[in-house]
This record gives sequence, C-alpha cells and structure tokens, in this order.
Amino acid sequence: MSELQQIANELRGIAIELSFKGRTPHLGSSLSCADIIAALYWEILDINPQNPEEPQQDRFILSKGHAVTTLYAALAKKGYFPVEELSTYVEADSRLPEHPIPGCIPGIDLATGSLGHGLSVAVGMALANRIQKLDNRVFTLLSDGECNEGSIWEAAMFAPTHKLGNLCAIVDFNKWQATGRSQEVMSLEPLEKKFESFGWNTYRIDGHSFDELLSALRKCESSQETPTAIIADTVKGKGVSFMEDDNNWHYRIPTKEEVELAKRELGLITLNS
Amino acid sequence: MRNAFADEIVQLASEKKRLALLSGDIGNRLFDTYKERYADRFLNCGVAEANMVGMAAGMALSGLRPVIYTIASFLIFRPYEQIRLDIGYHNLPVVIVGVGGGLSYASNGGTHHSMEDIAVMRAIPGMQIISAGDAWEVRAGLRAAYESGKPTYLRIGKKREPLVHKDRIADFKIGKAIPLRDGDDASILASGNLLPFAKETSETLSRQGIETSLHSFHTISHLDEELLNKLFKREKPIFVIEEHNRNGGLGTAILEWANSQNRDTRLIHRLGAQNEFFHRTANQTEARGMLDLTAGHFLNRILEVTS
Repeated sequence: MSELQQIANELRGIAIELSFKGRTPHLGSSLSCADIIAALYWEILDINPQNPEEPQQDRFILSKGHAVTTLYAALAKKGYFPVEELSTYVEADSRLPEHPIPGCIPGIDLATGSLGHGLSVAVGMALANRIQKLDNRVFTLLSDGECNEGSIWEAAMFAPTHKLGNLCAIVDFNKWQATGRSQEVMSLEPLEKKFESFGWNTYRIDGHSFDELLSALRKCESSQETPTAIIADTVKGKGVSFMEDDNNWHYRIPTKEEVELAKRELGLITLNS
Repeated sequence: MRNAFADEIVQLASEKKRLALLSGDIGNRLFDTYKERYADRFLNCGVAEANMVGMAAGMALSGLRPVIYTIASFLIFRPYEQIRLDIGYHNLPVVIVGVGGGLSYASNGGTHHSMEDIAVMRAIPGMQIISAGDAWEVRAGLRAAYESGKPTYLRIGKKREPLVHKDRIADFKIGKAIPLRDGDDASILASGNLLPFAKETSETLSRQGIETSLHSFHTISHLDEELLNKLFKREKPIFVIEEHNRNGGLGTAILEWANSQNRDTRLIHRLGAQNEFFHRTANQTEARGMLDLTAGHFLNRILEVTS
C-alpha cells in the first residue's frame, strides 16, 4: 500500500470512528472523498498549518460540508489542531460540530453544510488573490448531488469569464445523493462535458487513483488563464466492502462490530486489539 | 440616490484600496468613472445574484472589502440564503447596497418592488440595516457601513429624490437618528425614501399649530434606543413612516423594542403599507397614493390621532 493510500485509509478510519461515536450520518460521503482529501493535503496544497491566517497560501473549501469528518481527520493529522481533540467531536461546545461553524477550528474558512455555496466563495477567494497579486490557488470539493444547485452553475459560468486559472473545482462523483442515484434525480451526465462547455479545463479521472488525482490536481496553476474542473469518479463508502456503493450509508450509523470490521478491512489497527 | 452612490463609491475606492465593487448587471454607464479608475476592483457579476453574494463572501474571507450592488428586490430575496449564511453567519464586512428600495421601481410591477426586504434582513442576527432618506444619507451611510466592518444592508432609492439635508452629514452614526425638527405634541420617525414626505407633513402640522419632532431614523438595525427612551417618556404619539409593508419594518422593530422595554406600545402608529402584494399599474407617485403613503395621508392620520 502506498503511503498516500495508508494516509487516506487512516482518514477513513477516523471518519468511521467519529460517525460511530457521534452517531452522525453521511459516512458514505466521507469515505468517497478520502483519497481526494489525502492527495490535496499531503501532495498538492501549499499550506502553513502553523499559521493558517497567513494569506500567502493555498486555500481549500469543503463545499460538501457533510463530509467534514474526513477533513477534520486531515486537519488534525496535519497539525491544525491536536489529534486528541478529535475525541470531542459533536460534544457540547466542541470545536468539531457535525457541520463546521465559522471559525470553529484553524484551517476551515467556510461553514458549509448547505450545498451550493462553496464554489462561489472559492471564486471570490480566487478573485481576491488576483486583485491582491497573490499567486496562491483555491481548491474546492463539491458533491455530485450539490451540482443540482443553480448557484454552482452561476459560479461555473463566471470563473472562466474572468480567467481564474488559480481555481480548481473537484466533484466527488460518487453517483449517489441523499435519496437516489444522482443521474436519476437530475441529469448530471456528461458532467465533464458540462464544465468543459462552460469553459473549464476539465479532467475526468478515477478519484481513487492517486496517480490520476495528482496528475489532474497538478494541472491547476495560477499562471494559466482557465480554471480547472476535475470530475472524480468515486465509490460511495469506498474502502469498506459492506459500505461500498450502498446508499444506506448516507444515513446509517455503524455498529461497534461494523467499526471493527471496517477498520480491519482498511488495514488499520483497531484501538482495542 | 443612485448617482450619489456612484459618485461616493469612486471617492471611497480612492481612499480604500481593499474596496471592490460588484454589480449585478445593472447601472449601465453609472459606474463608468469607477471602472475607468479601478478596473481591477470592479466586477459585473451578471444576472446571478447568488453567485455574486457568495463571491463577495469569499473576497471578504480573503482580505478584501466588497460592496455589492443591484436592485433591492433581486439582491435580497433571490440570494437570501447566501446573505444569511455566507455573509451573516460569518459576520463578514460586506456592504449590500439595494437600489430602488420600496416603490422606486413601482412602474415595473411587483417583481421589482421591495416592500418586505427590511423584514427579512432584520431577521439575520448581526445584520446592520440602513435605509437612506436622501442622497446625503446615501453617501454618509455608505461610508459608515464600510468603516463599521460589519455586514450591512444599505437600502437606497433611485433617482431625483428631494434632498432633506443641506450638505454632507458630518456626524452620521449607525444607530443614531438625525434630528430634523423639534416639537412636543407628537413625534415622527421616518426612514428611507419617504423622509421628504415626513418633513413636509411635519411642516404642515406646524402651520396648523401641531408641533411634531422629526427624526431621520435611518438605522433600523440597530435602533437608536436613547432616542426611543426619550420619546416614549413623553407619552405622546409616535408615528413611524417608511416605504415598506407595516409587517416587519421599522415600525415593527420599534413595537418589538417597546414591548421588550415595557413601554406603552399604544403610542406607536405604523404608517407603512398594508401587508399585501400590490397588483396595480402605477408609477411611484401613483403607487404611494394608492397605498396611503403620501404627505397628505400622513397628515390626516396624524390629525386623527392627535386631535
């Protein structure tokens, strides 16, 4: 197993434990984007976890805020806050709520949870970087269901108009939304063609292949004049056989036994073994 | 008022290098001077208000101080969730300028009326609301909103509104009403487009021997509590004039405040429009007549109560 895969699986393990502990849903969505978040935080983002307020660094907006357990795991492991604090997840007055609150922890700029907000905010950040002559990039991760929102397409039309090469939108295309196959709820496909026709540099990749992820994510450069859209084909619940592509895990909470089983499948040492 | 806004934003942008102006595809030619001088800090956001508001939040999160501008009805109602979450929830320094507040666009029909905007903006915690009574208040309100660094809705009229103030308002403060006339028989609090009518009403009353105090009560959130305390102690009628539906506007804000302070709420008379959609064809002057929002209507109402 590659080092990145090991990290991604550790993020998955934490997301599973947090879902169990906090009795919070959306686990399938947290697992589908773990590889994307691992690739971003360990290979792509130019960030300074010790000084997250410093303007000269890349920014990441998790627009699909319901998958924040994976982001919490990544931010803790990168040193934005103590790993031990993960155990306070969703406790009263914890800095780690089920969906992020403004300023809850360093490293999270936007309180997401209502879908369709992150791309516009990321566009604003990319514009601000350009106005302030900063060459840092802005990345945002959307869900496929989120692409139902009209605001996504407003932002998608705006970004190429203003040549925001410093902007990268990634769609975690796990093919499910809350209550059904995303393609059956709304005709998303061909999703990469939609972004392409709006004027984006578009890549359709296997969102669980680090080679493909890194290659596509590295295409986003401030020096270019076209924003980057990465349609990442993913599997909801990825990494755990009994959760993969089973949309019950949009809402289901794992039992203790399922947590153990899942962590064993992910090659993680369970806490009690 | 919009010309005053366009002129003042040019001056403000020359002083404030972090200011960026975002417009929702309106104001053709209005911002020519601004665009000439600060092209890199102007964005025509198209007919996409939700994206405009979200982008403004992103810019504010990245160190800029955006001012966003379009027709009030489109700016408030369409992207309300973006205003509530992206700007309000994050307490970001964005100035939200709604042009054509109230009945300024009456002739365009109900799609363009904003008679409930203050009601919904009042519901957002921490949102400052300023309703400008003339062009001088537009200029002063814009500066105060920008300087405050807090989310602010600045509601302005459109064009050719009469001036009430004679010159630049030196001591404009958010949450501090501006005294315009003295009088002990009753008080008139007016905000926004109808301030000139309120002044006319107060002057006519004076000629009839009824002396009313008049304030431009430009800030709806947060209320000038010091003034309200003083006025309620007089135990004289308080008339609240606004180009907004009675439900949820300044009058309601004062009613709620009075109730919370155990003041006599019966003193308050809300002279706004009935809470109904306006379905008739009319320009602003005609619509005001049909909705009892003229100096004549205010005069009669005040005479009814005070005599």
